[in-house]
Amino acid sequence: MSATDPAIATVLHDSEVAAPESVFRHTAIAGVLAGVGGIYLAAIGLLLLLHERPIIVDVLSLGHATLIFTGIGAGIAAARGNEALGPRLLRGLMAGVIGGAVLSLLPLLMSAVSLRYMFISLSPQLLQMLTFDSDTVTQGCLILIAAGAVTGLIGAVMTLTPAAIRRHLMVASGTVIVAGVLQQLIQIMLQTSELLTQLNEVLYSWDGLMLQGAVIIFVVAFALSVGYSALTARRAANAAAQTPAARKRAQLINGLIIVAILVVLPLVAGIYVGQVMMLVGLYILMGMGLNLEVGLAGLLDLGFVAFFAVGAYVTALLTADNPHALAAMSFWTAMPIAVLCSIMVGVMFGIPVLGVRGDYLAVATLGLGEIVRVIVLSDFAAPLLGGAQGLLQVPRPVFFGIPLSGPVQLFYLTLVCSMVAAYCAWRLENSRLGRAWMALRDDEDVAQALGVNLVRVKLLAYGLGAAFAGLAGSIFSTMLGSVYPSSFQLVISINVLALIIVGGMGSLPGVVVGAAALVGLPELLREFGEYRYLFYGAALILMMRIRPEGLWPSATRRRELHADDDLLVSPAE
Amino acid sequence: MSGAVLPARQAMTLRQMLHRITFVDVALWTLRIVVLVVVIGGTIGTLIKSRYGSAQWVDFIVFGVTIGAIYAQVALGYTMVYGVLRLINFAHGDIMMTGAFAGYFVATSYDRSGFLAANPFTAIMITMVVSVVISTSIALIVERIAYRPFRHVRGFAPLISAIGASFFLEQTFRGLFGSSVKSYPDLHWASPTLNVLGYNIPKMDILVICAAVLSMAVLYAIVNHTKMGTAIRAVSEDKEAAALMGIDVNKVVIFTFTLGGAMAGIAGVLYAFVFKQVYFFMGFTPGVKAFGAAVLGGIGNVPGAMVGGICLGLFESVGPSLFFDGIGIPAPYQLRDLIAFTLLIMVLIFRPNGLFGERLAKERA
Repeated sequence: MSATDPAIATVLHDSEVAAPESVFRHTAIAGVLAGVGGIYLAAIGLLLLLHERPIIVDVLSLGHATLIFTGIGAGIAAARGNEALGPRLLRGLMAGVIGGAVLSLLPLLMSAVSLRYMFISLSPQLLQMLTFDSDTVTQGCLILIAAGAVTGLIGAVMTLTPAAIRRHLMVASGTVIVAGVLQQLIQIMLQTSELLTQLNEVLYSWDGLMLQGAVIIFVVAFALSVGYSALTARRAANAAAQTPAARKRAQLINGLIIVAILVVLPLVAGIYVGQVMMLVGLYILMGMGLNLEVGLAGLLDLGFVAFFAVGAYVTALLTADNPHALAAMSFWTAMPIAVLCSIMVGVMFGIPVLGVRGDYLAVATLGLGEIVRVIVLSDFAAPLLGGAQGLLQVPRPVFFGIPLSGPVQLFYLTLVCSMVAAYCAWRLENSRLGRAWMALRDDEDVAQALGVNLVRVKLLAYGLGAAFAGLAGSIFSTMLGSVYPSSFQLVISINVLALIIVGGMGSLPGVVVGAAALVGLPELLREFGEYRYLFYGAALILMMRIRPEGLWPSATRRRELHADDDLLVSPAE
Repeated sequence: MSGAVLPARQAMTLRQMLHRITFVDVALWTLRIVVLVVVIGGTIGTLIKSRYGSAQWVDFIVFGVTIGAIYAQVALGYTMVYGVLRLINFAHGDIMMTGAFAGYFVATSYDRSGFLAANPFTAIMITMVVSVVISTSIALIVERIAYRPFRHVRGFAPLISAIGASFFLEQTFRGLFGSSVKSYPDLHWASPTLNVLGYNIPKMDILVICAAVLSMAVLYAIVNHTKMGTAIRAVSEDKEAAALMGIDVNKVVIFTFTLGGAMAGIAGVLYAFVFKQVYFFMGFTPGVKAFGAAVLGGIGNVPGAMVGGICLGLFESVGPSLFFDGIGIPAPYQLRDLIAFTLLIMVLIFRPNGLFGERLAKERA
């Protein structure tokens, strides 16, 4: 998994050498961590919320699935090693039992004293969920421990199965979870034709996935996964013999298929999915902009939201039908002006912080972003920008007589803009400027010595990055129909930063993956919206620890990080 | 920008000097001049208008010192951690928030039982101790999970992990205790004012200043007169050399986080007593400002952080009325944060070594 993390490496190493007491300690730690993790999820209220989303109606909720995965994880962690079968199974079992026992402390405590005065999430419903609706708490705790034992054992067994089968199992159970959790959307999609409606009746009941449906989906997904991996293996063998031109053509065809899916999906899946995809599109735009600054040029900018705000405010000021408006332009003339203004603000942002490096730059840009927010909110700027009430009545754009009024139409606008922007970003990445940015990221002094004009290159990074954000802001203001300062909090900057880090810094497909994972997923699981930032925080730490190159890294980044690995083998204490 | 020292500076003609000025220099000088004009013009304007009497100025100054003392305490955590790890402990403001929350639950339960009114000193002491224990343990957990794995990693990874830790802490507390703003109990005996030299000063402010100064004195003594404190200073100076001298760097880091966490815990309770409310996002803005204070005082410099904190508090409290009222800006108190952030940015741009940075650099050389 990760060779970068010395702590994990030593743990692995220890368990292989296997002194009995250290093995026991390792098992105990895995169990206790799993139990504490469960208690944590329960105490912040996430577990109960997950419990309210069923995967299989009346059989399995997302909450219980989370606990099961925690138990399996503990089992896997404890059963690692390469001795005989027996001890490893025993260790998995023990870790599961310990995890269950630790977690069962919570219901015991909750039934003894009421803690709700402090911890608002420790509700009676949570107690019911943790004890599996059993009559007494003791009985519930015994069930918890037994469940821990079983899941721990499953985890241990999983370490023994070959990696390929494990992957197919994971794909299949993942598909079942997706099919169960997103049942509403899938049912809407399945009602589009006669044949699909029949399929829908086999798999789903009115309120969710049925057990038989789950089994069918599991089996089909497993079979597809096996078939797909056989196919890709054959294709990989062929690919070596393929000419570059043919490979390029295959890539182009793949790209066209993706675009076709993107065009058709919101029409099939309904307005809500269209809205989510539009939001994801806006974040992809912003992500591509920040990617130029952080991913390519290495300038960590936490005030990025300011550019987004400029785009939105300028568009609103130029098009809106309210007393603050400066003009009554159409959206299509206002948008380029908004983008230009964002570029100007980006350069103005960049000039004072030209000489600030590294971590200080992050704080300085954060401060600049906050200054913009404070000014926009104040009474001082209220006559111009509307203060806390914002600017209302921004009209929707009209495209050759067709008003783009619904979220689906606006999604197409976003899609076109994103594709144009992606093309620009891609060309920039491979241009002379892009290479200068990467040189700057790797070493400022060396880049300067090589003749890179630092001032120009840095200001271009800020300006062009801001252009993407301004475009996103411009579309955002017409989407909302109004602009409020509260839409431009620091969390947006962090949000965009998180998505390019999860996707992979400096990688365009990474931006798309990151936006889909961090913006699309929480939107689809609406009720977890409150926990989205918790998820971001955890994602930032975990990605940096486990996979610093991101989910879909750029080729250069991957190479660099592997070079780093080689250096890190000898610890430089 | 042009940091290179030219040996033939005197020999340069005026034309050459003009030629060397880039538009970036012009922009930076404009920024300096604009800030100066606002500060001086605003001050003169305000003094001419004389809308505020001396009692009000004293109020502003006392409040500035109060809030500055709290910033100073938080800034100490930033400065020590930066000294030892060269890392911005982005979650430090949130560690202060955890202290404030812990104090909230202790203080409200004492308030309900009447213990806070009957025996305020003991009650506040216990509140502080609990909050210090909680904030210190959380600081240590954060260090273990989010900072230790990155101790030898260059680049963005440590800072990004720290940002993640900050968000994670905030959202955890929101999940645990809800997103509502909770109001701290009133200290009734501390609401009346005390007459000092003819000016009325709230007892609360005196209490806060005393507590902050006392705790910082203890910290100063620890850093300067104990073995562990010496080790901290040694590691700040040169990590490798300190390790060669037999100092356990890991222990020093843990001790640093303990001290910083304890200071943040006390600061959290004091901050909450001053502003009377706690909520999960409360730590962020004071955290960023306190980082500014730490840089202002020269990062890694313990007395510098204290001075920087007080300066920042004064600027923030006196500034809006003094600078902005004079140039006719409505509701200047809304721009309090603007002054703090402008100060932060100006320091980062123009004096990243801080007020005492050069003196220290000379001492070390």
